[in-house]
Amino acid sequence: MTNSTNNGDKRVKISVRELYKIFGDDPESVLPYAQEGMDKPQMLQEHGHVLGLQNINVDMREGEITVIMGLSGSGKSTLIRHLNRLIEPTSGQILVDGEDVMGYNEAQLRKLRRERMSMVFQKFALLPHRTVLENAGMAQAVRGYTRRDFEADANRWLDRVGLSGYDAQYPYQLSGGMQQRVGIARALAANSDIMLMDEAFSALDPLIRTDMQDLLLDLQQELSKTVVFITHDLDEALKLADHLVILKDGYIVQQGEPQEILLRPNDPYIVDFISDINRARVLRTRSVMEPTTQPPEGSSGDVDSNDTLESVIAKAEGNTAKVFRVVHEGKQVGVLDMQMVVRALVPTGASSEGIRAAAV
Amino acid sequence: MATYDGLFNALGLREWCNSGTSDAPMSMADLISKTSGDSAESSLWTIPFPSMDAFNAACSNFPQSRDLTQGLESGFLSVKDSLKVVLDPLTQPLSWMLSGAIDVMLSTPWWILIPLLLLVTWAVSRRWSVLLLVAITLCGLAFIDHYEYAMQTLAIIFVCALICVLLGVPIGIAMSRSDRLQRGVIPILDMLQTLPPFVYLIPLIFLFSVTEPKLYGIAVILYAIVPVIRLTDLGIRLVDKEVIEAADAFGMTPRQKLYGVQIPLALPNIMAGVNQTIMMSLAMVVIASMVSAPGLGILVLRGIRNLELGVGLVAGLGIVLLAVILDRVTKAALQRVNRAQN
Repeated sequence: MTNSTNNGDKRVKISVRELYKIFGDDPESVLPYAQEGMDKPQMLQEHGHVLGLQNINVDMREGEITVIMGLSGSGKSTLIRHLNRLIEPTSGQILVDGEDVMGYNEAQLRKLRRERMSMVFQKFALLPHRTVLENAGMAQAVRGYTRRDFEADANRWLDRVGLSGYDAQYPYQLSGGMQQRVGIARALAANSDIMLMDEAFSALDPLIRTDMQDLLLDLQQELSKTVVFITHDLDEALKLADHLVILKDGYIVQQGEPQEILLRPNDPYIVDFISDINRARVLRTRSVMEPTTQPPEGSSGDVDSNDTLESVIAKAEGNTAKVFRVVHEGKQVGVLDMQMVVRALVPTGASSEGIRAAAV
Repeated sequence: MATYDGLFNALGLREWCNSGTSDAPMSMADLISKTSGDSAESSLWTIPFPSMDAFNAACSNFPQSRDLTQGLESGFLSVKDSLKVVLDPLTQPLSWMLSGAIDVMLSTPWWILIPLLLLVTWAVSRRWSVLLLVAITLCGLAFIDHYEYAMQTLAIIFVCALICVLLGVPIGIAMSRSDRLQRGVIPILDMLQTLPPFVYLIPLIFLFSVTEPKLYGIAVILYAIVPVIRLTDLGIRLVDKEVIEAADAFGMTPRQKLYGVQIPLALPNIMAGVNQTIMMSLAMVVIASMVSAPGLGILVLRGIRNLELGVGLVAGLGIVLLAVILDRVTKAALQRVNRAQN
């Protein structure tokens, strides 16, 4: 682990330990090579096996959104499917609430999938022959409840995601964004602690995607579920993540708090990624401030520790001489002058090549 | 003497060839060569293909090709009795169902049966146009006094199509779940589909007596079951992988997945298979009239045998009408299923 999050006080809900996944005819036989650190192209060339995941170690904390980001083929969808064992690992441990999911028998696994984890899919994966209401109540129906039992609950969640009155429609009658709202309502109605979201918003138009991200953040504030979110979109990752994991070719390039990764990327791969980002919109005052409880001289006002730099610039009206007090829940936690702001907006180069090896 | 004498001499099999006199009757070629006195001069142009008969000419102990067909026949006849012991009781319910269905259809008065059939049509298709078509067809056939024949044909098709679905859908589901089973069953389905329909009848005539309804019942089922198996297998395999994954992710049991997701989503394909099965059983039921299947086929057969042009044509047209209404009704049902899904 290179980075520890600043939310260390929260309980670890899902813990992935030394997870390996190799696709091919005889994965066991080439596992030792993967464990010695052979990379994906070499594995394919020399042994004819595809290295899906290599030595994945992630702690996902209760009530946080853990975003796993990577380009296609990086193994992110494979990783999320390991959490509820839709895909079996070649080796490694997956602990949910401290219990090893790998040791579960079929009945225990089914119970886990029914009651403790729910999933949202990229292409919605609704049942086309069932109404919106029946889809939303699918988790309860699977557990054996009748329509009368789950109707009220399912309707409540449909209302919550903004689909009141659509309960009798069929999925094909709805737009993509609305279908995914049904997908989210279905996952929420399962009433599970953990929500797995596999590129849940990737198939949606940009504007609708922003809506859905806001909806998710809204719901998260209310429900504090443990969310594991897969995406290939860095903007989306930075917007949603409490903890960001960046995957490449099946291994973790860097993980940690998104602000931290943005300010101190440890790999050229990540630098490439973040070079297109509007840093002012993503970076927050708490990440660039100077932590102190001493009130600054000539303070031009207060900014919240979660404000973006963009809003600070707007507040300063472009005046680079201003100094702000940074407050969190009413108390001062630091000071921020405009020079710090400008410095933080300078694009970062890779901090060091060497860290990458340690991060793997 | 014969072209391939040299071959047997070279292999040192001459002794085996001449041991014991062949009791096989002489072939026509032998007789001709005997009467003409001298053996035909073998040139490169007349050299025969090294077939069984050509070898037999050179070596009388080599089997003739007619021994192959005879062997097959005697082999079949020798296992026939034991096969019958197994198959007879197994297929007996089919006879009862067929004769029962025909009896019921014929003994029910027309003024009950026709409205009943129309009611079924409405329940399945929910379309006035289809209902009207069926009503006109049935009344038309009754008006030209083909009512009984048509009802016999319909009875056979109902029973056979029902059995095809009852057997075919589970077979298709099993195939969709196991690639190995699929690889094994597909060649059998291909054979059933390409074997000329008359060929089914030959072994069946040996096995069962021509007066038994199950004889034509089996022939119709074997011929017509193929599409419903194929399309059930295909339909279940085509179900969206993501939806299956969602079903798994929400913890469905295999049974919940089958009845709640796979079969409903495969239903359009299964219905298309049922439609094809009904059409094919109609085709076969005409051919099966040669082995005493009652119905419109009998009239067609009479038309051919006695060169009664009018009888044959009217009956043939009646079959076309039956085919049209069966097709329209099942297609309307298929459309209803489709509309409910997308």
